[in-house]
Amino acid sequence: MISFTLNDKPIKVDADPKMPLLWALRDLLDMTGTKYGCGIAQCGACTVHMDGTPIRSCVMPLSTIAGKNITTIEGLPRDASHPIQQAWLEHNVPQCGYCQSGQIMSAVALLESNPNPDDSAIDNAMQGNICRCGTYPRIKAAIKDAAKNLSTTIASTSTSTVTPTSTSTGTSTNVDFSLAKNAGEKA
Amino acid sequence: MIELFQQAANNASTKQTKSVSRRDFLKLTGMTTSGFVLGSMLPVSLPAWAHGNASHAGDNTLNLFVTIETNGRVNIICHRSEMGQGIRTSIPQIVADELCVAWKDVHVVQGLANEAYGSQNTDGSRSIRNFYAKMREMGATARTILEQAAAEQWAVPITDVYADDSFVINRNTKQKISFAALAEPASKIKPPAPDALTYKSKKDFKYIGKPIQILDLPDMVTGNTIFGQDVKLEGMLYASIERNPVVGSKVESFDKAAAMKTGGVVDVYKMPEQPTPVVFNPANGVAVIATNTWAASQGRKALNIKWGDSPHKDHDSAEYLAQLNQRIVGKGKTIRQGGDAYAAMQQSQQTVAATYTVPYLVHAPMEPPAATAVFKDGKCEVWACTQTPQSTQQNVAGALGIAKENVTVNVTLLGGAFGRKSKPDFSIEAALLAKYTGKPVKVVWSREDDIRQGYYHAISSQHFEAGLTADNTVNAWIQRTAFPSISSTFDGTTDEPSDGELSLGFGDVPFHVENLSCETHKAPAHIRIGWVRSVCNIQHAFSQGSFVDELAHAAKVPTHKMWHQLLGNDRLVNPKDQGFEYGNYGETLERFPIDTKRLKDVLDDVVAKSGADQPTDDGEAWGISAHRSFVSYVAVATKVRVKDNKVTVLEMHSSIDAGTVVNPDRVRSQQEGSMIFGLSLAMMGEITVKEGAVEQSNYNDYQVLRMSQSPLITTYIVESDAIPGGVGEPGTPPVAPSLTNAIFHACGKRIRDLPVNKHFTV
Ligand code: FES
Ligand code: FES
Repeated sequence: MISFTLNDKPIKVDADPKMPLLWALRDLLDMTGTKYGCGIAQCGACTVHMDGTPIRSCVMPLSTIAGKNITTIEGLPRDASHPIQQAWLEHNVPQCGYCQSGQIMSAVALLESNPNPDDSAIDNAMQGNICRCGTYPRIKAAIKDAAKNLSTTIASTSTSTVTPTSTSTGTSTNVDFSLAKNAGEKA
Repeated sequence: MIELFQQAANNASTKQTKSVSRRDFLKLTGMTTSGFVLGSMLPVSLPAWAHGNASHAGDNTLNLFVTIETNGRVNIICHRSEMGQGIRTSIPQIVADELCVAWKDVHVVQGLANEAYGSQNTDGSRSIRNFYAKMREMGATARTILEQAAAEQWAVPITDVYADDSFVINRNTKQKISFAALAEPASKIKPPAPDALTYKSKKDFKYIGKPIQILDLPDMVTGNTIFGQDVKLEGMLYASIERNPVVGSKVESFDKAAAMKTGGVVDVYKMPEQPTPVVFNPANGVAVIATNTWAASQGRKALNIKWGDSPHKDHDSAEYLAQLNQRIVGKGKTIRQGGDAYAAMQQSQQTVAATYTVPYLVHAPMEPPAATAVFKDGKCEVWACTQTPQSTQQNVAGALGIAKENVTVNVTLLGGAFGRKSKPDFSIEAALLAKYTGKPVKVVWSREDDIRQGYYHAISSQHFEAGLTADNTVNAWIQRTAFPSISSTFDGTTDEPSDGELSLGFGDVPFHVENLSCETHKAPAHIRIGWVRSVCNIQHAFSQGSFVDELAHAAKVPTHKMWHQLLGNDRLVNPKDQGFEYGNYGETLERFPIDTKRLKDVLDDVVAKSGADQPTDDGEAWGISAHRSFVSYVAVATKVRVKDNKVTVLEMHSSIDAGTVVNPDRVRSQQEGSMIFGLSLAMMGEITVKEGAVEQSNYNDYQVLRMSQSPLITTYIVESDAIPGGVGEPGTPPVAPSLTNAIFHACGKRIRDLPVNKHFTV
């Protein structure tokens, strides 16, 4: 039995500790907002936050999740009021939508750690998230807009940030897709 | 063309939409009071958009596509598959406009497989092209019925009333009745004859031509969408299938006991042997069935399958391409001819020749294929991310040996598709396993399965030769193409391209050259060949667009000018005049001519607006190309920087003339997407085959474009009142040549063999 916090609620999962978090979310907990795209930390479709840091849940064995705070796309405001979600609506970003949970989770984490990212910071943070439909130009524009909106409203809307208020921002903000994989493998 | 293949495969002609009574409609769509055929088997998690499906009983049906609830909600059927093109929004836009319903009252309901809708094969860039008129008719029919119902209540002639914003209004008294209040009486009125309908004029359009936000967007940003991979039924099992690495090889032995020992595995099942030709039949393999996806995939690792021999086991893509390249320089079989290109070539002042190649490619949509099925009492219900619900229904019925009427196919959202999900193999697998286990089963394809068990874009070689006169006029043109045909997937033996494939940017070459010869060479198939976004236009536009650039260089004129010279005077091209049976994407040339003016116009437009004719910094350059496909016209201008052997794409611009546009924002996003798809394949797309098996397995070795490689993209949409053309694919073909032309102009290196990353860091 593995215990962790999922979208601010304590949760227990009875499963093979080697099972990646992704499959526990999708198959055991019916949280299908987090998607499968590659299973080897190459595409970012499965991105969730662990203690505020974006991770690829497809390579995170449940054993490494024990006691952690996990936030999935379902943990963002259901009314889509997060500035990133708002920017996504504004720019009509998604095409098929399949990669978008992962894109949004990566973008949210980026703005948490760097509220004013320039082009190369955006490229760097989003490089691990593939969009086969090709929504990259809109994602980039939406992130910039969200950053702008965030900087003008941050004081009054701090409740709209969803990442658990833990240790995340001090750690690496570079979510190069190889990092999550390494973390998974080490565990 | 794809339609033709579907027909060949299914032997099922798709019928035109026919008028159907309301009772028939309910029966056909499965929307009887019992809901689905297997009403108890509703998905555990229903997406917001599916609720319409379940709650249809008792609604008031105005026609095949429109029902109105007494609370005012207007349900509009989308019978085409949503795979990112926005069709679940643009179909309702067309219907709703003629229906005069307020947009807030519109709900989209995904149609089940049902021949009454006409073809549901969502491919070939033709959802709007084929259904624009039909959808307007459906909207106008429903509106007329509502107006009639109101007129009857007021006892006035129908000409005294009109519909607007979900109300019918009396012109004289200004009284209003809501659609909600009219729903019931309207449902009893006989639909008017189609020729009695009136339509809006363009200036009155409220939704058509407007950039309306896609209806699924709020669900997409909150993770509330249901794709094929997301379907879950009560008591469902998960299957993962190990399939043959080489087409045709059979399972000789496997370790069932070892797989069964894996935690969570409940059964292991050898899939029925795949007949030849392969068509859409599931590949040979062994399924591991478990209580979750992870367990199934782990069990699969223990199978230790011994594979039998295959006639394709020696296929090596590098050797094969070398053979094609040898063959292609010799004279081939002529499929279109004007004058005598060989004689004219002899008399030319200067000749130019080049051979171009494109490797095998695979779709790799973000969502790998997935299907869920349940089989009970001789009936089967399927939920799948399919582009072809009708073909799925037909093939599942065939595989299970039951009547088509006993198969219900629900279409989920598709997490990208690009042609892969036109093939119902994965749904057949789910149906077979559901029948075998007696339980609901979801077949989950892994990324590795997707890359290795594809229906691949054909590897190809193209050869071009041209002769220039002293004044640099092109007076001789020879072009040849060779690639394994999609037809091989359906009959196993074909080793020549079909007219349908040659109609994709080859036999329809629009150039005005007096002496022209279009020829083909044989190319047998060794892996499954299928259609990938824009199909053979990929290699034909790449070679043609590159060769025009090479000719311009030889003639020392700007590429833009060479295009104008080759296209000649404004005219309509009919390839039949030179002996080629041109398919024209299933359309007549009367409705959709090959219009050289429209091609020149998009080219001029993109050059003027992008600044592609302006000087650039050192190491930077523009490349251009243009192509007509899916009866639309697209020109692309690409700007690159080449430095330290690295290619950086700085900007891409495109101009598209797709006739009347329903949702300009989605046309724009399709342009962005299809251009990035084209850039991805040009920069890094490559599937290689060794000893009959695909060598790549995942996004680590089948690379696709990422954020940092994606340039700024600008799209210009040509204002047009012409009939709607295709949108999803035409943006892809001109990208590769515009890129390699730009690279040539930046650094002098001509790339004739894709992908670019064989030569440069990208
Ligand atoms: S599924 Fe692709 S990174 Fe996890
Ligand atoms: S929107 Fe389809 S993969 Fe990104």
